[in-house]
Amino acid sequence: MPIADKDVTWVDSPKLGLFEQLYLPLIIGGLTTTLSHMVGKKRTESYPEQEPTMPANYRGVHRLNRDENGRTKCVACYMCATACPAHCIDIVAAPAPEGWKDREKYPETFVIDELRCIYCGMCEEACPVDAIELTTLYDLTGLSREQMIFDKEKLLSVFDQTTKAGTDPVRTRAGDLGPASEAPPRT
Amino acid sequence: MIAFDWLTLLIVIAGVIAVVMPTVGYLTLAERKVSAWVQDRLGPNRVGPFGLLQPLADGGKFFLKEAPIPRHVDKIFFLLAPAVSMAIALVALAVVPWGGTQPPPDPVATQGVEPAAVVQQYADTQGGYAKSFNGVIVPGLDVGVLVVFALGSLAVYGVILGGWSSDNKYSLLGSLRSSAQIISYEIPLGMSVVGVLLFSGTLNLEGIIQWQKQHGWFVLFQPLAFLLFMVSVYAECNRLPFDLPEAEQELVGGYLTEYGSLNFGMFMLGEYTHMITTSLLMTVVFWGGWSLFGLEDRVTDPIWGAVVKCLILVTKTGFFLFLYLLVRWTIPRFRFDQLMGLAWKVMIPLSLLHLLAVMLVRQYSLSNWVLTAISVGLFLAAGVYAVAFGTGPNNAPRRRVISSPSPPVGEGLGVRGS
Ligand code: SF4
Ligand code: SF4
Repeated sequence: MPIADKDVTWVDSPKLGLFEQLYLPLIIGGLTTTLSHMVGKKRTESYPEQEPTMPANYRGVHRLNRDENGRTKCVACYMCATACPAHCIDIVAAPAPEGWKDREKYPETFVIDELRCIYCGMCEEACPVDAIELTTLYDLTGLSREQMIFDKEKLLSVFDQTTKAGTDPVRTRAGDLGPASEAPPRT
Repeated sequence: MIAFDWLTLLIVIAGVIAVVMPTVGYLTLAERKVSAWVQDRLGPNRVGPFGLLQPLADGGKFFLKEAPIPRHVDKIFFLLAPAVSMAIALVALAVVPWGGTQPPPDPVATQGVEPAAVVQQYADTQGGYAKSFNGVIVPGLDVGVLVVFALGSLAVYGVILGGWSSDNKYSLLGSLRSSAQIISYEIPLGMSVVGVLLFSGTLNLEGIIQWQKQHGWFVLFQPLAFLLFMVSVYAECNRLPFDLPEAEQELVGGYLTEYGSLNFGMFMLGEYTHMITTSLLMTVVFWGGWSLFGLEDRVTDPIWGAVVKCLILVTKTGFFLFLYLLVRWTIPRFRFDQLMGLAWKVMIPLSLLHLLAVMLVRQYSLSNWVLTAISVGLFLAAGVYAVAFGTGPNNAPRRRVISSPSPPVGEGLGVRGS
């Protein structure tokens, strides 16, 4: 829709009055503002001593959720690996062990390359059973590339760690999604 | 020629350098701290308690870093420029008082006196003066103010040399801007001080302090001159809002572009030393130097008296240094035409009119307070003039603005009137 001439308002810069033309009052006003900020409250977080509180939807390190029996919830459906734009999820599915009545498959290995990951959260969106989630852990470090490739055990331990610390309650919509998505154990 | 004690002189020089160099270091820390505080941050606080050792770390880094010299530069001048810049800034420091001073004795009268007596009297007064303690490296310099100005404008040589020898268009532009700026602001700078000199009758900085001690600070009588002086000095020091020669956002650092490590450090040292010198100068010329309404004379003990005077002067100077830092984080940079406009259209006419007023007041021996009223009046009149005849902020578009007729609705994308 083109803009008609009558819709255009031409704005001239406002004319300066005596007060503005004298410069000094406004400069003093500016100096007062900066001075008040100088003595005002500081907003810096001194990081290593003072940990920031992350918003609940922060996308940090992944975790694999456990169900109430302590098993991984993942049903090895490959949805996350398919959705992942960075192709950094590597799953090897295997038939579920005897006695796991609620599913046919489980992941024998589940590996995420945390260096290739772009922390987009697509895997979390894609998962039909809320088995994979991104936590608020932000200070991820490693001494080698190998250390940054997280396997199933490591991802499950992230779950244990974050639920114990209480920083990341499981965001699952328990039961809404399918038979395997029950509420997690409360620890 | 006054014979001074060489040993004392050397000690004083060493003392001043030993105080000024760390001050420069801590000025850089203060700059970063002030900038952080103004922006609600904490500033550098990792090296030592409250970051107080940061200047040491910075200095160490300057020494240890590789000094890159690009292949295309003119090597001799490239290396000379920072040295010139720093040396001149340090030399200018020699004539500015930093403590209690007394003016040199007046010349002795020769009319109708025995020649031998004249010689004796001269030797006495000069000898007495040479023995008295003066808080300045070169006491009794009768061209004091002129020397400071001469050296201050020499400082631009470092900038121009640096920019030109760098063989880089950003550097060259920066140094060209610098020369244009300093030439323009030298005029109001000098002119605002002439008013002071007409009153004090001496170029000697100690003499100027002495006059203010007897009659009152010049800032009371010539506030307009002080204002002009301060603005010009900010421009001389390349400080915001006049830091166009460096202008990181436009010129990637201007004349400093090709410099690194210690060469860069020397430029910075020169610049901050210049800030200290000019702050001292503002204090000495307009704010009474070491005098504080006679309070400093209450301390009769000579040593403590010197300490107190030095402290008074340093406190006043510290205030101006702080103002330098605060203004930097308050006022944005001028555009270059605005910068030139301010100098040539506002400050030079104002300083001329002010000088005229000073002459009239001197000629007709009016009260000094008349001058204060004239200063305020001139300031207000300039504002009124700007409102009545000024073109407002010079931000109008350079081209004629037309709106193109809009095409009938539904004919592809419309063209906005621009
Ligand atoms: S966050 Fe994005 S990039 Fe990382 S594993 Fe999940 S889908 Fe892949
Ligand atoms: S984590 Fe979720 S999406 Fe990925 S394979 Fe397991 S169940 Fe499927």
